[in-house]
Amino acid sequence: MTAQESAPASAGRGEPLVVLEDVQKHFGQLHALKDIDLTVTRGEVVVVIGPSGSGKSTLCRTINRLETIDEGTITLDGQPLPQEGKELAALRAEVGMVFQSFNLFAHKTILENVTLGPIKVRGMKKDAAEKKARELLDRVGVGHQAEKYPAQLSGGQQQRVAIARALAMEPKVMLFDEPTSALDPEMIKEVLDVMVSLAEQGMTMVVVTHEMGFARTAADRVVFMADGAIVEENTPEEFFTNPSSDRAKDFLGKILKH
Amino acid sequence: MDAVLDNLDAVVRAFTYTLLLFLISGVLSLVLGTALAALRVGPVSVLRLAASAYVTIVRNTPLLIVLIFFRIAAPKIGLNFNFVDVQFGDIRLNNLFTACVVGLTVYTAAFVCEAIRSGINAVQLGQAEAARAIGLPFAGVMREVVLPQAFRASVPPLASVQIALLKNTTVAGALGVFEAFARMRSLNNDYATQRIEIFLVFAFVFVVLVEVLSFIANRLERRWRIA
Ligand SMILES: Nc1ncnc2c1ncn2[C@@H]1O[C@H](COP(=O)(O)OP(=O)(O)O)[C@@H](O)[C@H]1O
Ligand SMILES: [Mg+2]
Repeated sequence: MTAQESAPASAGRGEPLVVLEDVQKHFGQLHALKDIDLTVTRGEVVVVIGPSGSGKSTLCRTINRLETIDEGTITLDGQPLPQEGKELAALRAEVGMVFQSFNLFAHKTILENVTLGPIKVRGMKKDAAEKKARELLDRVGVGHQAEKYPAQLSGGQQQRVAIARALAMEPKVMLFDEPTSALDPEMIKEVLDVMVSLAEQGMTMVVVTHEMGFARTAADRVVFMADGAIVEENTPEEFFTNPSSDRAKDFLGKILKH
Repeated sequence: MDAVLDNLDAVVRAFTYTLLLFLISGVLSLVLGTALAALRVGPVSVLRLAASAYVTIVRNTPLLIVLIFFRIAAPKIGLNFNFVDVQFGDIRLNNLFTACVVGLTVYTAAFVCEAIRSGINAVQLGQAEAARAIGLPFAGVMREVVLPQAFRASVPPLASVQIALLKNTTVAGALGVFEAFARMRSLNNDYATQRIEIFLVFAFVFVVLVEVLSFIANRLERRWRIA
């Protein structure tokens, strides 16, 4: 992968890119996000970890406003997230998202999956979009599958296509919500490798994952969530070897047992 | 058999009216019904409400009443189709024909809407989310991702709706369009001794037409299943 193509990441490294301030989110009675303050700087890789139901997905989804928030502010590159309509769609184009269940467009070929956004949202010409899509598909190692449909690919291949689809929009930040949780063990590595190389090229990333290997290799920071709140933030090394909160110790004890 | 053979051109003309009623109302009802379905799942609550009111009202009204409305009541409040008068060969498409097309369209669109809505519900939520996540606005999400998949899932119920429409065109016969049903009635009057034969011939043609529709629907379903 060439570093220039993820260019937005390399310039102004260290400046705040995604800033959440005092964010609150309720689902009915449930307080799903409590007093969330989080700043992700340009080029930073933040791993979000925590028990199931702690609000990790919700946090991710608020950043591109797939979920609205009740209170607080979220800014991307200094701009508050727009409410609805055209501006919101434009914002979403700046934030790449990779889902646990891949969500490739089932009725479109792999190539069409990757070119849809550039053509319909960015207004690229079909030829240019296809050329770029093929480059991206080669980068993630599924270039030879371009004419197939998603259902004909393995889970690992589908997830790499989903990453290529997000990259095709040249996003400022990429969100990954448990990108390897739905994969068979032998396919996890091929997806993580792609993510590690993205991180090395300076892409700003927020990654919900329990893959400690990835967190140790690629993350600048680990954010631990429980019950909708950020309980602890630290470097991966510190967090995994010497967690400070009881919740984190308890949680790590459970996932390390197997 | 003489009854039909001696009047073959009239019978053919009658089925041409039937097919025209069906094809025009069929296409228009697909367009209107799809738009209604999009509104029903859309982000604007007023439009959601309006579309679901439309479906409820139209679905609960007998077709004959809908047709009578456009044929008889609507002209009284200034809504008429006198501006339509197209003739090619023996076929004349006038205001009566148009009123029936409009009535059949309005009626069928409500069922198309529900068939497509069931198809939309069958599309995984993640598909629309992924489409929103790459920055498509609502219309783009529907047009590019949700509706194409919803149509596939809706083929069987849509085929039922369109088959019902084909048979419903006979109601237009009661309102002055000389389609197949009206022609059958008039032949029955003129050839009282051949009623069974006349009936069987008309029924047979309808069976064939419906079978053709079912065949097309099956092909579409099979072709689209792979993707
Ligand atoms: N759309 C929703 N409606 C109601 N409750 C929800 C919804 N989405 C998530 N929740 C609830 O919010 C909490 C946090 O969910 P989530 O963010 O998915 O957790 P995680 O990703 O950490 O497992 C859970 O209790 C979940 O049941
Ligand atoms: Mg989750």
